[in-house]
Amino acid sequence: MNFAVVTFPGSNCDNDLYYAVKDALGENCTMVSSNEDSLDKYNVILIPGGFSFGDYLRSGAIANLAPIMKSIKQAANDGKIIVGICNGFQILTESNLLPGSLIKNNNMQFVSAWEKINVQNNNSVFTNQYQKEESINLPVAHGEGHYYCDQKTLKELKANKQIIFTYKDNPNGSVDDIAGITNKQGNILGMMPHPERAVEKILGSKDGLRLFQSILKSHVRS
Amino acid sequence: MYLAKLYVTHKPSILDPQGEAIKNALHNLKFQNVSSITQGKYFEMKLDNDNKKDAEQIVKDACKELLVNQNMETYHYDIKEV
Repeated sequence: MNFAVVTFPGSNCDNDLYYAVKDALGENCTMVSSNEDSLDKYNVILIPGGFSFGDYLRSGAIANLAPIMKSIKQAANDGKIIVGICNGFQILTESNLLPGSLIKNNNMQFVSAWEKINVQNNNSVFTNQYQKEESINLPVAHGEGHYYCDQKTLKELKANKQIIFTYKDNPNGSVDDIAGITNKQGNILGMMPHPERAVEKILGSKDGLRLFQSILKSHVRS
Repeated sequence: MYLAKLYVTHKPSILDPQGEAIKNALHNLKFQNVSSITQGKYFEMKLDNDNKKDAEQIVKDACKELLVNQNMETYHYDIKEV
């Protein structure tokens, strides 16, 4: 299976993602610059964390205008699997591929900590290797991870089971403790916690690896 | 040529922790009468247009496509010929 990690100027979790896919998962992985304009060769597109374009204007806003975004939007329409982590999640909301927005943490502090994350929906292409309502350990590291959406959107997220991950102890003020959501079609995931930083015991947890294994499993099935 | 002064703020329904933190700091400085603070962004845009209506349309389009996140922000602007 061919994974792409899209690197924007200012991405800083790209190598972690590459390592997680290549070494921990054992699949093909290629770093693709945000200046490129095709993702045809890849089955899965990963958008890493960091501070793309310095987070100028708003997190993810400038990245949304990078050349690669056309192919990402095309891939989204084609039903390809796309995962945005941290800044990648912010890019996906700024590009309207996912609903809502990520705003400054309630307590105004950058939070860097291990969090207990509840798997709300284990029936997605991203979570089929987890138990329903399983509690997993993943690290978070963000200043703008407070997920916000209006009541109408929240209702839709719940009705369509798009809320995939929630925090046990909400670290940023996110509505309904949301840590990760998918689009309605279920092929795009955005999440603030970092599964790529939890793929082997020496890192403190292996709980993130099963997210990548879930994607692999779904691909084999389909 | 026109000059647009654009003000972008969070929608009132959205919690503004920066505004709250600044308000509390002002209270610590004894400015107790400050009952609320909203922090936002300010942009100046010069537009090479002869016609005010066209210039305003560019400001609105630029807000929609990049400068303002309609989910969480709102804006207003002043525009004048320069």
